[in-house]
Amino acid sequence: MRLTFAKTLQLAVTLLACAFLFIPTMQSVLAGLTANYFRGISSGLTLKWVAQVWDLYADSIFLSIWLAIACLACTLVIGIPAAYGLARNPGRVSRILEEFISLPLAVPGLALALALLQLYGSMKGFRTSWTFILVGHVLYTLPFMVRSVLAVLSAMDLKTLEDAAASLGASPWRRFADIVVPNAMPGILAGALTVVTLSIGEFNLTWMLHTPYLKTLPVGLADSYASMRLEIASAYTLIFFVIIIPMLVAMQWASQRAQRIK
Amino acid sequence: MSIALKNVAKTYPDGTKALQPTDLEFRAGEIVSLLGPSGCGKTTLLRLIAGLERPDAGSSIHFDTDDVTRLPVEHRRVGMVFQSYALFPNMSVLANISYGLKMQKLPAAEIRARADEVIKMCQLEPYANRSIDALSGGQRQRVALARAFAPRPRILLLDEPLSALDAALRDKLRDELAALLRRFKITAIFVTHDQDEALAIADRVAVMRNGRVMQIGTPEDLYHNPRVPFVAEFVGHAVELCGTVEDGKLNTPGGRLALPRTDADYQVYVRADDVKLSQDGSLRGTVESVTFLGTHYRVGVSGVVQGLLYANHTGTTPPKPGDTVRMEIAPEALLLLPRERHAA
Repeated sequence: MRLTFAKTLQLAVTLLACAFLFIPTMQSVLAGLTANYFRGISSGLTLKWVAQVWDLYADSIFLSIWLAIACLACTLVIGIPAAYGLARNPGRVSRILEEFISLPLAVPGLALALALLQLYGSMKGFRTSWTFILVGHVLYTLPFMVRSVLAVLSAMDLKTLEDAAASLGASPWRRFADIVVPNAMPGILAGALTVVTLSIGEFNLTWMLHTPYLKTLPVGLADSYASMRLEIASAYTLIFFVIIIPMLVAMQWASQRAQRIK
Repeated sequence: MSIALKNVAKTYPDGTKALQPTDLEFRAGEIVSLLGPSGCGKTTLLRLIAGLERPDAGSSIHFDTDDVTRLPVEHRRVGMVFQSYALFPNMSVLANISYGLKMQKLPAAEIRARADEVIKMCQLEPYANRSIDALSGGQRQRVALARAFAPRPRILLLDEPLSALDAALRDKLRDELAALLRRFKITAIFVTHDQDEALAIADRVAVMRNGRVMQIGTPEDLYHNPRVPFVAEFVGHAVELCGTVEDGKLNTPGGRLALPRTDADYQVYVRADDVKLSQDGSLRGTVESVTFLGTHYRVGVSGVVQGLLYANHTGTTPPKPGDTVRMEIAPEALLLLPRERHAA
């Protein structure tokens, strides 16, 4: 196969972009596995740092996964009916509501966290519980779920489909379960993928809301960068990758499968 | 199942009167078409019977002796075929057809048996496990009909069931639909704006305009004895012959025409089928257009009515545009209709 100039250029740019992202990643991962970073690879490879990170921060990792799952559950329970309501009643009021729930995207996470602290900071039991962080995550990720489901629902003639189901004897609840949810599935899965990813990686807001006993993965990462040796911080990055990449791949695969079945 | 509508009206929240107070009876087992131009209220009337719209206070709808006026659609046990078919894209053909049976909570074996029966009736056997996306327009229409009919509804309602299909397919499926509806032996009401469709399928046709039923009758009755000018114009495209009445004859710009009677003030209408080109006809005009339609020529003649008066000419040698022709109309072929009040 002969490469034209344009093709060669495309390939070169692509490879450069990959290298730009990949080389620092590899360096960081290697640093986490090197016995002494300042002496380089020649000092030998070790899993010592990874084990130390696990000892110190395992709780953060589990907390983050747990938060992501709880956040997903909340956005599903709130977001799907909300998107359904907006899709069934299109109009100016719906437009305004949609913009309103999207506000947390435009407002910096720090401001959002500050508002939460001002409002609920004095409620001690709530302030120190993981549900406080959860509230922040749900506020931040909900618009992604709503918009993603709404886009799918708006693209089909939902009202007529529901009329058809009703004429066949389906109650409002059955219509929602049999018609609305299955047909919104591509949007729900895309939304779920976004919500989980954002929740696990969220730093801004979480950093403001966390307590010393409630550190999420990214907060722990910041903590280790600030207070530990470089090798430990790098080992932490490695663990982050090992956890998040298989999760993302699995969700991507599931959503593609589900869309094919549809 | 017979249907009785008494004083049924529908006013939308914005104040639009979609349906004026209407009384109608549908006999058990008959196929009735609601025919009219768009916006005449025919779809609203159908949705009121289905229970998809709530009628104004004072309306009453009965299925036989059962008062269903306040019953929501899911409890009315009606089958409905939508204009867009509204097949569930997340289900196979079989699942679509079984859905109504599932909602009745029948045992699985019976659902399967009854779905198979309807699938066979509608000749959908090869497609039962296909997805909706893999069907042609005609197949979708049959699935929609099978889905509506499978739960054994009390009545079957069809909203423009053929309008989503292309013209070539429509004629074929029209006869197929008529045959299927007769085989179902069910009271069926279908909405259409296409007079050929209404006349071909229905036992009786209700012609609607501006939220009112103008006339209801058999297709023959509507065609031969329209009671109002609108029905004459809409069913069979009659045109009005304008002129002054004198000595039992109508003076038109194209000549004098004998009238069957002159007892009252009325409008005179005629259809293209009844206008004959003839050497010694009493009307004269200039040929403007000649269209060959296979079985006959459609000749447009100016100088008799405002616009063109059409004559269906069955001879082999048609006149040419620009020719002067003579025409005659038998007095008994004229439709004499009471002058329309322009209030509505």
